Amino acid sequence: MFKVENTNKKPIINHNFQERNEDEQLEPTVNMLGSEALINCLIAEGIEIMFGYPGGAIMPTYDVIHQKQDAIKHVLVRHEQGAIFAAQGYARASGKVGVCIATSGPGATNLITGIADAQIDSTPLVCITGQVHKDLLGTDAFQETDIIDISMPITKWNYKITEASQIPKVLARAFYIAKSGRPGPVLIDITKNAQMEYLDYCYKKCHYFSSYHPEPSPSLQSVKAAANLINTAKKPLVVFGQGVILGNAEKEFNEFLDKTGIPAASTIMGLSAIDNNHKNYVGMLGMHGNYAPNLLTNECDVLIAIGMRFDDRVTGSLDTYAKQAKIIHLEIDPSEIDKNVNADVAVVGNVKYTIPQLTKRVGEDQYPKWLQQFKYLQKQEFDAVIKDDLAPQSEQISMPEVIELVNELTNNNAIIVTDVGQHQMAACRYAKFTQSRSMITSGGLGTMGFCIPAAMGAKIAEPNRTVIGIVGDGGVQMNIQELGTIMQTEIDVKIIILNNQFLGMVRQWQELYFDKRYASTDITSPDYQKLASAYGIGSNKVTSRKELQQALENMLNHNGAYLLEVMVGQEDNVFPMISPGCSVSEMRLK
Amino acid sequence: MSITNMNETEKIFTLALFSRNKAGILNRITSVFSRIKLNIDSLNVSETESEGVFRYSIKVHTTEKLIRRLTKQIEKQVDVIKAVFATDEYIVQQEIALYKIPTSAMLDEIKTEKVIRDHNARIITMHRDYTIIEKTGHKHETQELFEALEPYGIYEFVRSGPISISKLKTQFPNLKYGSKQ
Repeated sequence: MFKVENTNKKPIINHNFQERNEDEQLEPTVNMLGSEALINCLIAEGIEIMFGYPGGAIMPTYDVIHQKQDAIKHVLVRHEQGAIFAAQGYARASGKVGVCIATSGPGATNLITGIADAQIDSTPLVCITGQVHKDLLGTDAFQETDIIDISMPITKWNYKITEASQIPKVLARAFYIAKSGRPGPVLIDITKNAQMEYLDYCYKKCHYFSSYHPEPSPSLQSVKAAANLINTAKKPLVVFGQGVILGNAEKEFNEFLDKTGIPAASTIMGLSAIDNNHKNYVGMLGMHGNYAPNLLTNECDVLIAIGMRFDDRVTGSLDTYAKQAKIIHLEIDPSEIDKNVNADVAVVGNVKYTIPQLTKRVGEDQYPKWLQQFKYLQKQEFDAVIKDDLAPQSEQISMPEVIELVNELTNNNAIIVTDVGQHQMAACRYAKFTQSRSMITSGGLGTMGFCIPAAMGAKIAEPNRTVIGIVGDGGVQMNIQELGTIMQTEIDVKIIILNNQFLGMVRQWQELYFDKRYASTDITSPDYQKLASAYGIGSNKVTSRKELQQALENMLNHNGAYLLEVMVGQEDNVFPMISPGCSVSEMRLK
Repeated sequence: MSITNMNETEKIFTLALFSRNKAGILNRITSVFSRIKLNIDSLNVSETESEGVFRYSIKVHTTEKLIRRLTKQIEKQVDVIKAVFATDEYIVQQEIALYKIPTSAMLDEIKTEKVIRDHNARIITMHRDYTIIEKTGHKHETQELFEALEPYGIYEFVRSGPISISKLKTQFPNLKYGSKQ
């Protein structure tokens, strides 16, 4: 049994492990077992860790995982959903492909929510599922389920391997597809006979195949047209998303902003792509984002969308979204162009290459008057919302003040992993970042139960960084079994439960739109301290403000995993807010 | 504008898709339609002039804005080589229909010969009990023959979906628009 150890001890992945030979193997190894070939493919792709759960149809592969544990680690989770969320956390924090592995039938179907989450948030994953023997396919055999068909609409690609000889080529393609272009999840279903047959093994990484063009090349004409629009703009606004992070284009993006002085607002998925203290940064967009960028979306004259997809949570009502503005859309996925918002100029391609081309052609304008408008609205938001959020009049602790203290105590350097709900919005609104890939949240699918396993994966990817999971009392109970994984693998994650004894976000909507009929949103919790102690995890519970800072310091100084329960205001709401169906300019402060 | 409040008129569109031969790709294509509960009016799959490449002709009734989006979402699929759409004026299309009628209608009725001649149909086979007639053309043409034969009794009738080919000079894989590149 290997252990994930604390940062001051040996990290789970020895990053100094001897450099793998990147050279492709040219001479085939004859008579290799399919399951061994499968694991060798992962090793050849540089995979150091996978998250999974064994079972009948994948046992031959687990036998090889056992034999090769020096070269590739396996984290045993407590539920396959934990495995895929952990793989997502790993992928999001590291930028590498996350790998999870499960058996056929229920093992495979338990991955589905995570696959859907990874698809909508463009997370590169390779999911490997065992499958019954090829002769049993279609016979309703024990633990047979058609996971290829089930996962089809939510995978970037999937493939059923029924013969050992297909393994190297299909795995090479799987990794290439998962990480190239707009990344996404790939599922490889492998029948038991394919794992147990022999093949002549020869692995060549895939760099191309004919029907797949992951990075369309941008036309120079579109870049020029975009530059012209920007150069004539009086009130330009940049809205950026995760594309900046996925394209590793943080540096190029910063250079663009530094040169142009255009104010920039982030989507939830774009958070941490630039430093919050960047002079152009004007906050987060969307339903619970900041007041200024939402309102001024409907006042800018040129809207420059970079690596974002105009999700409905960002745009509010499309009928009234940025109608006055010319839209420039920098995007790698052609199917996103004109999907929700029509682009006047579409620059299709990887933003890593398109942003510098644009930077070259735009002037060094500054927009002091325009920025002043943001400052004015920021002040309004501060007076109406933020001031009371951070220093509440009430006795009860607020979620934002916990986040603010975390910022202070970690020098804005932690990786924040959230679950879904009010605490997520508080974390996204108030957490500050100095490094990219520091905010890991389920943005598109909004999957509760994401936090704990994703935080595990993030910590394993970045053992030297502090990883803090911010979770609600609802979400924590959705994948709480993963505390067992944290215990067994000794993963040093800090988990803060912001407990308002409600399913807070749904309760907020019930308060605002359903006349306070709190249908099934009051939720009771177990004694989390007893629970943590049962798992051998350090814990504390805070109910008053004066204990909070000390408790957070104790948590951060604790050697190993820690669970801190913070009781917060029961019926606090997240504001500002764009009510469903309303325009971004109708954002309400109260 | 969102897809839900479009005032655009709906038309018949024909999609031509080219994909690699891979089990399951048809599901990936049709799920793009079923996801938004759009009926496929007809679908035909065939080999193409390029080895290993399959061609799908899909007819749907929808708006231009939506067909544009769907075409891109289909083309995004890893195993789809190309997807293009066109309205009827830009394509040549044909359907085939087969009619099984009693042979007595051929032998005893004097008008059946004229019906077949007027509709440019042909007799494929004749059996003691039944005769099989074939007709190619547009749907309304095969439908007209159906109605003309109906008084004589039709044992069985089957009609394919249309297959179509573009009126552009260029051919796959050099079609001018909708390329992945």
